[in-house]
Amino acid sequence: MNAEAVNGSLSRAFFALLRRDLLLAFRRRTELLFPVIFLLVVVSLFPLGIGPGPQLLARIAPGVIWIAALLATVISLDALFRSDFEDGTMEQFVISGHPLTLIALAKILAHWLVAGLPIVLMSPLLALWMNLPTESLGVMILTLAIGTPILSLIGSIGVGLTISLKRGGQLLSLLVFPLYVPILIIATAAVMAASDSLPYTQFLGLLTAGLITSVTLAPFAAAAALKISLS
Amino acid sequence: MNVKTEKISKPRKNALVMFIHKMGSPPWFYNFTGKFIPWFWAIFIVLAAWGLYLGLVKAPADYLQGESFRILYLHVPAAWMSLLIYSMMAVMSFIALVWRIRIVEILAMTSAPIGAAFTIVTLTAGSLWGRPTWGTYWVWDARLTSELVLLFLYLGVIGLYNSIDEPRKAARAACLLAMVGAVNLPIIHYSVKWWNTLHQGSSISLTGGSSIDPSMLWPLLIMAVATKFYYGANLLTRARVKLLEQDIRKAWVREVLKEKNG
Repeated sequence: MNAEAVNGSLSRAFFALLRRDLLLAFRRRTELLFPVIFLLVVVSLFPLGIGPGPQLLARIAPGVIWIAALLATVISLDALFRSDFEDGTMEQFVISGHPLTLIALAKILAHWLVAGLPIVLMSPLLALWMNLPTESLGVMILTLAIGTPILSLIGSIGVGLTISLKRGGQLLSLLVFPLYVPILIIATAAVMAASDSLPYTQFLGLLTAGLITSVTLAPFAAAAALKISLS
Repeated sequence: MNVKTEKISKPRKNALVMFIHKMGSPPWFYNFTGKFIPWFWAIFIVLAAWGLYLGLVKAPADYLQGESFRILYLHVPAAWMSLLIYSMMAVMSFIALVWRIRIVEILAMTSAPIGAAFTIVTLTAGSLWGRPTWGTYWVWDARLTSELVLLFLYLGVIGLYNSIDEPRKAARAACLLAMVGAVNLPIIHYSVKWWNTLHQGSSISLTGGSSIDPSMLWPLLIMAVATKFYYGANLLTRARVKLLEQDIRKAWVREVLKEKNG
């Protein structure tokens, strides 16, 4: 097989898998909505617990929305490899000869489109609830758009490691939350800077650097984790 | 052909390679390290007693912090160890994953609880020191916060290792996690440090570092060396027990146990 044919079959495999995962997700629409509903419920708890004072809410808005996004992502992460792992599809992927890294990347992308993108789309509503100043709304959406893929990418490593456990969900949160700390810090700093009309582009730059780094490294780690779990 | 036979006929040519190969064998490792452990414990006890005596009794009280600065002799070596052990664990994890040496897997995994213990000591000593100095037990100071995240990373590795039943698979999974954590650790450290300067909290830093008096510095250095011996002794003791547990059905363990029971 020459190089071109291999490349062709690689991208075919990538898009075929992406299509399949998205199709599977849309066949189970209610499950698709769980993370989004979870996100809405968690954010709505904060005004109830803290009080509806608009100034206080505006101050904690970036942190609350981002923490809710972290929680919603971790809730949805378990579905990333679970069904394929349990019905043996993952083993078929491994013996298919396609690099597992590529397969992991396709599945992570599908996960982000299904679980991460709705968070980004929901953020204007959340910002409204939390009384976030309108001038920082754009930055909020941008940080979520750049940041949630990183959450899916880093999370995929944790899922790969815990997938062989019957109840890996609780452990998963212990594994991935510490790794999410820098993203949380940088993303909320960007939104807060925008609220105070300070420059924020450097934070977006850092976040993008994090995205590029995790796109390059995380799929390899996730594939290695899956191989360990399958052994 | 010639080269090959030459190599086989001279196995002692490279003593270091031979030594590493031998250490990979469980019975050899068990017996070899067994000779060192009592010495490590002894050196640790002597050094720790000496260092604590100098630090807690001999060293003069700090003109600013009074007697409470003496917590530093526990806090600082423990903090150094918590980071050192994590990096040791990550390096050993890398070796374990690449060359699949079982003993290195065990050493990496038995490092985790020791490192976590040092992290807890650091946090406890730090907050006890914070009470008289900052007036509160906990401040979201950059160092305390990154130490807390480090503890979570340790707990993740320990949790994953203990959740998977098959020991070698568990070790490999936890080793990978330790390496991912090691890649993230500098990023976490710097982001937390920078987060701390961003949200101007009451951050009084510990570093009067350069102007520390020799009578205060020496006990610290002695304690730093003592904790290294503690790590060595504790690590090897744990690793030997783990080896016995895993190889309980093998002949060499039966021999060891027979010897022990007379």
